[in-house]
Amino acid sequence: MTSPRLLSAERVSLRYSGAARPVFAEVDLDVGAGEVVTILGPSGAGKSSLLRVLGGLQPSTSGSVTIRGTPMHGAHPRVAFAFQSPGLLPWLTLERNVAFGLDFKRQPRLERSELAARVDAAITEVGLSHARHLRPTALSGGMAQRAALARCLARQPEALLLDEPFGALDEVTRGEMQDLLLKVVADFGTAVVLVTHDIDEALLLSDRIVLLGGSPAAPIRDWRIALSHPRHDLVAELGAIRVDILSAMRGLRSRSREPDYVI
Amino acid sequence: MSAAIATQAAPDGGRAERPRSVHPGLVRLVLGLVGLAGLLLVWWVGTELLTPQASFLRRFSPVSAAAALAGLVTGSDLALHILVSLRRVAVGLALALAIGVPLGLAVGRFRLFDAATAPSFQFLRMISPLSWMPIAVMVFGVGDRPIYFLLAFAALWPILLNTAAGVRGLDPQWLQVAQSLSATRWETLRSVILPGILGQILTGVRLAIGIVWIVLVPCEMLGVSAGLGYFILDTRDRLAYDELAATVLVIGLLGFLLDAATRFAARLWSS
Repeated sequence: MTSPRLLSAERVSLRYSGAARPVFAEVDLDVGAGEVVTILGPSGAGKSSLLRVLGGLQPSTSGSVTIRGTPMHGAHPRVAFAFQSPGLLPWLTLERNVAFGLDFKRQPRLERSELAARVDAAITEVGLSHARHLRPTALSGGMAQRAALARCLARQPEALLLDEPFGALDEVTRGEMQDLLLKVVADFGTAVVLVTHDIDEALLLSDRIVLLGGSPAAPIRDWRIALSHPRHDLVAELGAIRVDILSAMRGLRSRSREPDYVI
Repeated sequence: MSAAIATQAAPDGGRAERPRSVHPGLVRLVLGLVGLAGLLLVWWVGTELLTPQASFLRRFSPVSAAAALAGLVTGSDLALHILVSLRRVAVGLALALAIGVPLGLAVGRFRLFDAATAPSFQFLRMISPLSWMPIAVMVFGVGDRPIYFLLAFAALWPILLNTAAGVRGLDPQWLQVAQSLSATRWETLRSVILPGILGQILTGVRLAIGIVWIVLVPCEMLGVSAGLGYFILDTRDRLAYDELAATVLVIGLLGFLLDAATRFAARLWSS
C-alpha cells in the first residue's frame, strides 16, 4: 500500500532569528506514496512550521528535506500546499483559480491543451464542474475548500501538504472533504501530510499519526493504523488508539506545566 | 428543494397585500434631481429675485447663463478648451500613476522604506500644489509642462497612499499561495499584488481626479492660452459674464461626470 520515503525530513530544526530556542529540533519524518501521515499536537507545538519546512515555504535552520532522495530548495513543483482558508483569488473564476500558477516560470512547462485538460480533470475530481465559471464570492465554504484542493490537484502533486484544511468547515462538509481526500490518495497515490489538532480526523484519515510536542518540539510518539477505509464504523478499534493518543497528549500538557520559561 | 419552497410561497406572497416598494435607486435619483432643482432655484433667487434691476449680479443669472451656454456649446471654442483641460488632467493622472503606484508598492511592502518616507510624504502632501506654481513655472517654463507637474503633484498622494494601504491589506494567504507555486517576484506582482490592489488604486484615482479637477482651473490661469481656467479669465476680460457663469456650470458638470465615470469603473471591478 505504501512505498517508503517519497518525502523525507532528516534531522530538520527550525529556529527563528532572535528566538531563545528552536521551534522544533532534529525532526525525522518520512512519508511514502499513497500514505497519509498526520501531525498531531497541541496548538503552538510547531506543527504548521514543520509543514512549511516540509513544503519548502520556510527554510530549515539545519537538516534537510528530500523528495525522492533529491534535496528540496524552496517550494517544489510536485509538492502542493493547502491552507486552513482556501485562499482563492477573488478576481478570478473558479476555473482560473484552479489553473493559477500552472504557467509560472518555475513550474514544469505545459502545453495549453495539457493545462486545460488538467484543470478540467481537477475540477471534475472535486465535483465542481457546474461551478467552474463562478467567482469565489459565489461559492460556499465547502465549495471554496474543494476549489483550493482542485488547485493543488491540477499540479498533479506527488505530495500534498494540508494545514488544517477542514478546520473551518461544518461537520457534514468536513466529512465530504475527508472522503474526497481519501479518494484522491486512492486514485493518485499521493503522499499526504496533514496537520490537525482534531484526534478524530486523524484517526479517520491516517495511516500513521505522529504526536509532536515538547519544547523544542519533536515527535513524541507514533501510531500506525492499518485499518481499511471507510473507518466510520470501526469505533471499537479506533477507540483504543484514541484513548492512547489522548493520554499521551495529556502527558504532554502536564509536562509543559512545569516552569517552561526559564531564560 | 428551494424551487419547491418558492412555488409554494409564490401564491401566498401574491395574495398578501403588501405596500408596493419603490426601487430604492429610483428614490435616490428623484431626490437627487429635486436637490439639483433646489440649487438652481437658490441660484435664480440670488441673482434675479433679490437683486435690483440694474445689478451687476443679474448677468450671472441662470437664464443668461443658459443662453450663453447654448451659444458656447454650438461654437467650437468651448470644446477646444475642454479638450485641452481634459488632456492636461489625463497627462497629470498618468504621471501620478506612473510614480505613485511603484512608490506605493514599495511603501506598502517594505516597512523600513515606509518609516523613512512617511514623514516626508505627509509633509509634502500638506503643501497646496498651487504654492509650487511660481517655482514650477521657473523650472519648467511657460506652457503645459508646469501644469502637468502641478496636477501630477496633486494627484500623487492619494494614489500613493491608497496603493500602499492596498498592499498592506493584501490577504497574506494569496502571497503564500504564490510562494507555494514558486512564483517569481514579477509573477507575484503581476498575478497577485496588482490585481489584489486594483480596487484600492481605483479609489486613489477617484480621489485624485477630485483634487486634480479642483486644482486644474487655477493652474490654467497662469501662462497658458487655452483650457477652462484660461477661459474663465478670458470671459472676465471680455466682460462676458454670462459666458463666465456658463463655464462655471460646465466645470461643475464635467467634474461630476468624471467622478461618476470612476465610480462606475470601481463598481465594475468589484462586481
